[in-house]
Amino acid sequence: MQQLTMGQAVNQALREEMLRDFNVFIAGEGVGVSIHDNPLMPTAGLLKDFGPERVKDTPVSEAAIAGLAVGSSVMGLRPVVEIMFNPFVTIASDMIVNHAAKLRYLSGGKSTFPLVVRMKSGAGFGAGCQHSHNLEAWMAHCPGLKVVMPGTPADAKGLLKSAIRDDNPVVFIEDMMLYFIPGPVPEEEYTIPIGKADVKRVGSDVSIVSWSKMVGVALKGAQILAENGVDAEVVDLRTLLPLDRETLLTSVRKTGRLVVLHEATRTGGFAGEICAIVAEDALNSLKAPFRRVTGPDIPVPFSPPLERFYIPDENNLVEAVLGIM
Amino acid sequence: MQPSKEKLLEMLRTMLLTRCFEDKLMELCQIPGKVPGMMILCTGQEAVASGVCAALEQDDVIIPNHRSHGHLLAKGADPGEVMAECFGKITGCNKGKSGTLHIAVPEVNALCTTTVVGGGIPIAAGTAFAQKYTSRKSITVCFFGDGAADEGSFHEALNLASLWDLPVIFVCENNLYAGAQRHEEHTRIRDIADRAAAYAMPGEVVDGNDAGAVYAATVRARERALAGLGPTLIECKTYRCRGHGESDHQVYQPREEIEAWKEKCPLPRLRGEMLAQGLMTHEELDRLEEEIRKTVEEAVRFAEESPYPDVAEAFTDVYV
Ligand SMILES: Cc1ncc(C[n+]2csc(CCOP(=O)(O)OP(=O)(O)O)c2C)c(N)n1
Repeated sequence: MQQLTMGQAVNQALREEMLRDFNVFIAGEGVGVSIHDNPLMPTAGLLKDFGPERVKDTPVSEAAIAGLAVGSSVMGLRPVVEIMFNPFVTIASDMIVNHAAKLRYLSGGKSTFPLVVRMKSGAGFGAGCQHSHNLEAWMAHCPGLKVVMPGTPADAKGLLKSAIRDDNPVVFIEDMMLYFIPGPVPEEEYTIPIGKADVKRVGSDVSIVSWSKMVGVALKGAQILAENGVDAEVVDLRTLLPLDRETLLTSVRKTGRLVVLHEATRTGGFAGEICAIVAEDALNSLKAPFRRVTGPDIPVPFSPPLERFYIPDENNLVEAVLGIM
Repeated sequence: MQPSKEKLLEMLRTMLLTRCFEDKLMELCQIPGKVPGMMILCTGQEAVASGVCAALEQDDVIIPNHRSHGHLLAKGADPGEVMAECFGKITGCNKGKSGTLHIAVPEVNALCTTTVVGGGIPIAAGTAFAQKYTSRKSITVCFFGDGAADEGSFHEALNLASLWDLPVIFVCENNLYAGAQRHEEHTRIRDIADRAAAYAMPGEVVDGNDAGAVYAATVRARERALAGLGPTLIECKTYRCRGHGESDHQVYQPREEIEAWKEKCPLPRLRGEMLAQGLMTHEELDRLEEEIRKTVEEAVRFAEESPYPDVAEAFTDVYV
């Protein structure tokens, strides 16, 4: 199998879908000519191979970028637009939240908006809170959107291809720190269905539910737990909306314990939703209270020791799990 | 109004300090773990901040953007505290919470800095509103790039500021690039200053590498603002001599273009003018440069010797 980073995997998905379908085009700030002349970045080389008609560098205008996606998609194109960093989605959010998510409903199902908004997220690169702010729970609070957050290069590729082919607006969130970590990616053509979680490690004692970069942390934690005699199952949600309740509930019913791990801040974070679903539908299976391991309720600080403290790690996870064993 | 000898000296001093300070950061950010994150410098653009701030009073407010070291130093921020903030130390202007990208120095009325492109422009309308509301004899200056003029926030804020005659100067530092996009690749309009017409305010194009010209334009706009006549848009034509940030290798900036603009560097220009006009001697210049070198060395020493914040510090300052 080929070894690709998530940046390269996203790049392959974009490339393959652009070759497959002329209606697919990409747009965003520096998606063509970029300040990062790095082959590991997701849109590297696309301008050269597909030309400026299909790889559109835009002005610094997030509202227009998202509007471009809404308008061109209702005409039948399949835009994949990029918001450089997750916090800047606030500027695009009128188009995403009030328009992309709602216009199909408002049309009584007559109009469709097959668009993808890709954005970089995550803390850990020392840029501070105006670049690092995981807002996936905001997006997941918008019926009409699909929200995808892959944790491995292979998932990123398969899910992005599905997102591009999906007839609904999809918000596709890539953790920047994953751009540079290689992982196996199948050589042959494949897609991964949106709305399907993946059990990344089978276990019997506790269900660790996570997504995006934190899946790697969950697997590391599970390793440490194994050395301590705890057999953890790691459920990678991959998609937050629509949520794969079945995989989640099956896992928790089996293990009887739940720990949800995400990098986003705690209050109003998506872990609350996971816990609520489990409390509603699998409370009787629980042998212990569920736990959330999340970023603290603060903006992401810049100073290196504070930023490290902000990001949940395997030790925080192990401690939480051992606390309910 | 042409700058006095004192003003010229002040501007030269600020420009030399900014250059020396950033040259040091350029070096330090190459050392792993020393100065983390992005490093966005204003090399070649120093005349803008220096010229503008020389025309301001202490009470005047500035709202800088991501390329802010020059703005902050020109407004009188302490170099040691700015350096310590870049290092993420507890003694930094913002206790290490910000880092280089959004340093606020309220002590010198640099009330807030934002790295969200265009984010500062409506905020400047707000600070100017407060200045007018409370009949203060001060104004606001907002610094932003040519790229920021493509954001909706620019247009909304200019319209509002003009409608309400707010005492604000919008200073567009047109350094020819917005990220990797050259001016003509992100807007059809040649002079951003032309956009002022759409909001019925004066728009002025200034040679942004001529500190004296920037100063004079700012003095005019400030008088206008204080007279209750409303905002001005000043576009300073300058050049980003380095990459967007220090990890950008400028593959898209033509070599000849960079070299040609280095020839127009605002620092030797002002220095040369002052020497030629006999406003300072070579000895005085040497002494000034030596003093600035020491200031920056001291700033680095202060930053290096300062501790990182305790983890408990992560929870402070979220709320009052
Ligand atoms: C809202 C928003 N979009 C995108 C970015 C990423 N970004 C940072 S600086 C920059 C270019 C800004 O260009 P300009 O305003 O001309 O300022 P310059 O960097 O040239 O000084 C971009 C796109 C951002 N920080 N904020």
